[in-house]
Amino acid sequence: MRFTLFVAAALLAGPALAQKPAKAPPPPHPGAEVYQNVCQACHMANAGGGEGAGRIPALAKNGALEASGYPIMVVTGGKGAMPWFRGQLSDQQIADVINYVRSNFGNKYKDKVTPAMIAEQGLPAPRGGMER
Amino acid sequence: MISSFEGPTRREILRAIGMMAGTAVLYQAMEVLGHAKETQFTGPPNLQGARPGTRVVVLGAGLAGMLAAYELGKAGYEVQILEYNNRPGGRNWSLYGGDTYTELGGATQKVGFAPGNYLNPGPWRIPYHHRALLHYCKAFGVALEPFIQMNQQALLHSSRAFGGKPMRYRELHADWDGNVAELLAKAIDNRGLDSAMTKEDADRLRLALREWGALDQNFKYTKSYRSSRRRGFERPQGGGVLGEPIPSEPHAFKDILDSGIWRVVSQHMSIDHQHAMFQPVGGMGMIGRGFARQVEGKITYNQKVTAIRQQGGKVTVTHSDTGTGATATTVADYCVCTIPLSVLSQIDVDCNPAMDAAIRAVPYSNSVKVGLEFKRRFWEEDEAIYGGISFTDQEIAMISYPSGKLHSDGPAVVLGAYTFGPASYKFAGMTPEERIQRALAQGSVFHPGRYQEEFIGGAAVAWSRSPFTLGCCAMWNEETRKQHYQTLVAVDNRLVLAGEHASYVGCWMEGAILSSLDAVTRLHKRALEA
Repeated sequence: MRFTLFVAAALLAGPALAQKPAKAPPPPHPGAEVYQNVCQACHMANAGGGEGAGRIPALAKNGALEASGYPIMVVTGGKGAMPWFRGQLSDQQIADVINYVRSNFGNKYKDKVTPAMIAEQGLPAPRGGMER
Repeated sequence: MISSFEGPTRREILRAIGMMAGTAVLYQAMEVLGHAKETQFTGPPNLQGARPGTRVVVLGAGLAGMLAAYELGKAGYEVQILEYNNRPGGRNWSLYGGDTYTELGGATQKVGFAPGNYLNPGPWRIPYHHRALLHYCKAFGVALEPFIQMNQQALLHSSRAFGGKPMRYRELHADWDGNVAELLAKAIDNRGLDSAMTKEDADRLRLALREWGALDQNFKYTKSYRSSRRRGFERPQGGGVLGEPIPSEPHAFKDILDSGIWRVVSQHMSIDHQHAMFQPVGGMGMIGRGFARQVEGKITYNQKVTAIRQQGGKVTVTHSDTGTGATATTVADYCVCTIPLSVLSQIDVDCNPAMDAAIRAVPYSNSVKVGLEFKRRFWEEDEAIYGGISFTDQEIAMISYPSGKLHSDGPAVVLGAYTFGPASYKFAGMTPEERIQRALAQGSVFHPGRYQEEFIGGAAVAWSRSPFTLGCCAMWNEETRKQHYQTLVAVDNRLVLAGEHASYVGCWMEGAILSSLDAVTRLHKRALEA
């Protein structure tokens, strides 16, 4: 379906479009890739979370994300079933993904998290790593 | 010389050499870590003499929960089990044709496998030294068969070696041993080991290396009848006129190093993966079913636990029916709770603050498994691969060929992905159909022209989205073990926890069994002393 629409649009636009390159789409948010490759394994593609015997919290429209210190603490140090990601992700990646979630999925927090803030406020990865 | 190659570090090579040579130093190190010993099991606990009318509520009908109920029931307790799922077994589980599975997020899979075929989403193999589990399998009538872990005919694929072409494990293993033997023999000739051993021992080692590595008369690993008896012949032995075999050419050592074969070799030397290994006939879920027969009528399914209170000399568990939503309470004298910490940390548990902290301190790992059903066993029919595992450095990590019903006709299911680490998150973030397609695409590197072409259908389970565990297994580390483990396993008033998370055999069924036996033994003692 998507393909059909694209073809139709190209036909309508005619040859003029071929000479004038289409406006490049905005580059994806650097945190989007981290979210897709890591976070959505639990929090889901729509950040809606899920509920079974226990609950995976929704990140969408999440008031707990207002103070950036909270997601910094959870992502670096883990919480309950959620493992720590300090050392698995770089401080830059952690900052990117927190910024991505705090400005998407119905969250509209304007202030930005920086890698320096992760370094300063983040919890260290546990010593000795994990077993196995 | 070796350190100039890209790939393995010198330490990794030495480690692999050390393991293969069985050096005492490495063995001692492993023993200290507790990895080189059999698990602790001296026999069933044989509990007796419960005070009449004493009630125990068990939370969770996985192996730990059902075994606790069985042993406490035998001792004379009145036992009841509450289970979240609509089936027994917990993570011990097989998906068969006709089964439906809905993961968190709502994606539902209807499994279409042929009768008798299955995917084991959780545990899939049993080491020979997991004596407690083996004991109960026999006691409960669960038939076992060999699980083929190592198969030299299987393949190893590395995107960094042999231009991405998968190679026979046999060839790589033989060439690894042969080259290492040759290098060590050369080191002896160059007097490089003079400080490590006497000349007499060095001479003995030199001869041993020739035999171990299949070296020729000049202590070189070369194209020969001798090396081909390990790695296979260019033209195999036959009968009659062309019966004479033609030896094969060993690979260049650099390619062998690039392949990472030593990782697979050393994995197979771990005590958890040494032969013999077992699997239940008909799927791992047969163990859960076997245990459930022993506690028949005692399990209430579809119960979501919301609170565990300890007041007035009783334990009161609040739970709701996942179908009707009806809330109920179950009152007992004691409680054995086998709910995974990932879930338990979200439940209102009345226990001392230290145990509460322990419950919240242990995160859970993730893994994804994908089962792929094919029209026929082309790996057996076309390539003589009977069971075992082919390894890859792609996200799927491995494919495992079925160990059951070998040499039979008809469709069969291959474990098409068993992801670890970052790949698990990546796979879990996909839809089940995307996971299956990705597994199919990556696995086809082993069997081009067959894998995609003879594919029928698949099933994929991402443990991070499992409604009853929210993850795979408890992930302990040095600090949390020190700070929380003993608190976690201690009896707290009338409550004791059990499961793989309350053991040092983490992520194995044996851990759940041993934890359960220990928990009920201590709980029984406490009950008699009360």
